[in-house]
Amino acid sequence: MADKLNDGAVTEPSSTVITKTGAWRSQRPVVDNEKCIKCYICIDLCPEGAISALPEKKGVQVDYDYCKGCGICASECPQKAYKMVPEEK
Amino acid sequence: MKMPRKTVMEGSMAVAEAVKLCRPQVISAYPITPQTHIVEDLSQMVADGELKSEFVNVESEFAAASVVLGASATGARAYTATTSQGLFLMYEVLWNMAGSRYPINLTCANRAVSAPINIWNDQQDSVSIRDAGWIQLYCEDAQETHDFQPIAFKVAENPKVRLPIMTMMDGYVLTHTYEPVEIMDQELVDSYLPPYKPVVRLDTAHPVTLGAFAQPNTYHEIRYMLNRALMGSKSVIASAFKEFNETFGRDYSPFMEEYRAEDADVLVLSLGSVCGTIKDAVDELRNEGQKVGLVKLTMHRPLPKAELRKALDRASVVAVVEKDISLGQEGIVATDVKSAFAGHDGPAVLSYVAGLGGRDVPVRDVRRVFSEAAAWKGKKAPDDPFWLALNTGIIPEVR
Repeated sequence: MADKLNDGAVTEPSSTVITKTGAWRSQRPVVDNEKCIKCYICIDLCPEGAISALPEKKGVQVDYDYCKGCGICASECPQKAYKMVPEEK
Repeated sequence: MKMPRKTVMEGSMAVAEAVKLCRPQVISAYPITPQTHIVEDLSQMVADGELKSEFVNVESEFAAASVVLGASATGARAYTATTSQGLFLMYEVLWNMAGSRYPINLTCANRAVSAPINIWNDQQDSVSIRDAGWIQLYCEDAQETHDFQPIAFKVAENPKVRLPIMTMMDGYVLTHTYEPVEIMDQELVDSYLPPYKPVVRLDTAHPVTLGAFAQPNTYHEIRYMLNRALMGSKSVIASAFKEFNETFGRDYSPFMEEYRAEDADVLVLSLGSVCGTIKDAVDELRNEGQKVGLVKLTMHRPLPKAELRKALDRASVVAVVEKDISLGQEGIVATDVKSAFAGHDGPAVLSYVAGLGGRDVPVRDVRRVFSEAAAWKGKKAPDDPFWLALNTGIIPEVR
């Protein structure tokens, strides 16, 4: 973010990358990759695009900079590999 | 100087002709009575090749507004027109246009709002949008609806302003009535209104984020900047009118027109075409020796508070006659006029709700306003509005 604001809230490109929304989360999904069967349903359904596949089919990882903690991954995982854990400050 | 072309034409055509002269690059609108003729005329001009513009047909007013918003974001000069329910369907986009600072020109053909459904004229639609961050100008006659188009684009596109602007014309009274109109010369319009040069626009060579998310640490300030720009647009509007008068030989005063108001004891303040009727009433009463006058408010937003005080403070009573109401309160413009005098000595300000849903406001009713208002000299104005020419005979008792 520049020192001074622009009219109409115009900002540099990729503002959705720059603006980290992970702090909005009240609970975080924690995945157990031992249970993961690599169906990647969670990747497809994550509304933030915050879940990605690990290399060599080792499972998935959550990007906590952008995950808002909605819990769709945990709800949809056929293996119940996700646990929603309350964020503590 | 070339002789100006004067012809008799429908108010809607006067707007369309003026918009054509302003060379908009994108027009998008959805037909709705009584605005339809404006965009029908424009689409005909585009189809006939008289106007080189992208005319985008859409499925709703929400889409029309979104198209012109997007067009404006790319740096195009963009125009739309609507009314009543159509304007309300645009509501969310109207706020986005102002908040994102897009200099869009919208003509609102004033019409009553539902329910009950009614296609005739009042000004509830546009007055209800006053808080969205738009500049709002009201026209009295077809000539004004024609002339205000280049003024609108010029003000909106000024780099110091960069705000959308709405010009109002009363449905049917102006949109469907034929009047003599002096058509502007294309060369003069081109010199008055050069091509739009956007400060920022969607451009892959110079990428930016438009419509960005603002967190609590910046939103408050960005809204402050929006309000500062709207307040600051007053001086740009004044210069745009002055330059228009010099270029086209007109005599507009920005913000408001004072009609026989200089020594008036009782004033009516109003907006739009009804001002023509009020001027007739003022002339009659002046001939009878009464010190009465009219202040025609051209600009409702930004509200010209200091100028209102200057125009009204010599009178004992000001009756604000308007075709709208803030339900549960009073006439919206009346509240605004009162706010201009808050903390100042001033006249008693009366709120008159008049002419809703196309009810005619004839000279005899305006005369009644002046005589009733005179009785309030030196008194405190009542809390509740007066309803002009209310037919109490058809209203049942409270049950």
